[in-house]
Amino acid sequence: MKSARKKAIAGKVLVYVILIIIAALMIIPFIWMLSASIKSDREVFQMNPFVLIPENPKWSNYHDIWTKIPMLKFVENTVFLTIVVTFLQLLTSSFAAYSFAKLEFKHKNTLFFAYIATIAMPWQVYMVPQFIMMRKFGLNDKLLAIICLQAFSAFGVFMMKQFYEDIPDELCEAARIDGMSEYRIYASIMLPLSKPALSTLTIFTFVNTWNDYLGPLIYLKSEAKKTIQLGLKMFISQYSSDYGLIMAGSVLSLIPVLAVFLCLQKYFVEGVASTGLKG
Amino acid sequence: MAKGLSRQKKRDLVAYSFIAPNFIGFAVFTLVPIVFAFALAFFNWDGSNPITFAGLSNFKQLTGDVFFKAALKNTIIYCVGTVPLTMIASLALAIVLNQKVVGRGIFRTLSFFPYVASLVAVTSVWKMLFHPSKGPINNILYTVFHVPMEQLPQWFTGGLVLVSMILFSVWKYMGYYMVIYLAGLQGISAELYEAASLDGANTWQKFQYITWPQLRSTTFFVVVMLTINCFKVYDIAIMLAGGGSGELTISSTVLVYYIYQKAFIDWKLGYSSAVAMVLFLMVFVVTMIQFRGQKKYQ
Repeated sequence: MKSARKKAIAGKVLVYVILIIIAALMIIPFIWMLSASIKSDREVFQMNPFVLIPENPKWSNYHDIWTKIPMLKFVENTVFLTIVVTFLQLLTSSFAAYSFAKLEFKHKNTLFFAYIATIAMPWQVYMVPQFIMMRKFGLNDKLLAIICLQAFSAFGVFMMKQFYEDIPDELCEAARIDGMSEYRIYASIMLPLSKPALSTLTIFTFVNTWNDYLGPLIYLKSEAKKTIQLGLKMFISQYSSDYGLIMAGSVLSLIPVLAVFLCLQKYFVEGVASTGLKG
Repeated sequence: MAKGLSRQKKRDLVAYSFIAPNFIGFAVFTLVPIVFAFALAFFNWDGSNPITFAGLSNFKQLTGDVFFKAALKNTIIYCVGTVPLTMIASLALAIVLNQKVVGRGIFRTLSFFPYVASLVAVTSVWKMLFHPSKGPINNILYTVFHVPMEQLPQWFTGGLVLVSMILFSVWKYMGYYMVIYLAGLQGISAELYEAASLDGANTWQKFQYITWPQLRSTTFFVVVMLTINCFKVYDIAIMLAGGGSGELTISSTVLVYYIYQKAFIDWKLGYSSAVAMVLFLMVFVVTMIQFRGQKKYQ
């Protein structure tokens, strides 16, 4: 009995050791980033001894990054794109998904097949013709191009539909008998119930749009249109040894996504798990 | 006016009005370009001069293209390294986090940080940590493990580029797959483990005979998703190995980069689409395997 207990304790210790090692690996790059962002270029790589917070923290890095590059413009563009894309994605996907999940109509299967058939199609396969088309529409170097590209994904419709299908049909039936229109049912019954799904989709869309690199790289050419990712990359290639400034810019670019993630993470974990498994 | 419409017709119209906002955007910006992409692979076009029919010549040219072959090879090596490592790491993390441990929530949140963090930001830290002459990793290799100065690994050039890309991507994406595994683990009935304990099974036997077989469908899904995402790798290569203007050399080029390069640098749109078709075929085959597997496992 005693040895079994010892074994259990040893097991617990092992679990914690593994956990702490993994957590350290996960978090060290972020701690390094924070620490380097308030160091001078001379202190950044200093290892003997390594100091987390330098004696004279160089807070000016956080000030200088706004003047070295048009950071404010980049932030504005990215915030605008992210909010518009997320809003459109949530609205149009949940709208379409309601119809696919709860209404019967002609050509339903054909229309839904169009979504299914493309869900596995990588964007990288058709990004070139898409660009040619957008250029024809005069959308080259316009923020609107990124909105058109990101806002109407098959994934959003798919995910919302799966969620709505788990809501009992009887709820809608009862509301219909009460004389509610379909739009009312969507707005006052379905939407309030779909908070977990909407939160998950918000995180996915927000993170994807905020962090997207290849899309903006193809479309947004002039400096005034660049997003924070493009701007940061541009800064890195111009001032590759200004480590303190690069890190300060990196920290700034992380704050919004981390904030959104931390607020909605409770739902996100459930969402990833369920959409993940149903695929 | 509405009188003329039958009830069903009216219902159809309501349904279409729900679908239209998304579907119109989706049809114009996704469906049309997809059809266009398939056609374009059989033409030669630079985007401004008249388009000419090329038949299969783009595909024939691919077979002799050294750069294309390197891109394909690198993508596959990256995939072969990343898929099993990420799978093992995320499964291990999920099993550990599935135990009753203090601060489980915090650990789970932490392991998601790399996944949501922007690539530009985290790759720039990564490049500092692995800096060949000044970075702390090589510093430790030099001072603690006494690796001679000239033998210190050059993480972002030559053959090691792919290794760096693989390590980075395991770090960045394991948290995401961990959550999927965690859901799978929570679906395994506790009675199975209790019965095994009564039979005197040890931890490893429990894993081997209960956890692993019970997670088969989850593992299958994780492997499929990972493989498809690896085929699409692009920005990790650009950020870690790209030169000043973001160009990749033959040792670090990947398929998506080659699509990008042929289209937006060389303006050979047809040829670029032919490369895109290769990517499509690879993803298509894996997706078909997934469909067949899903039927088997569910």
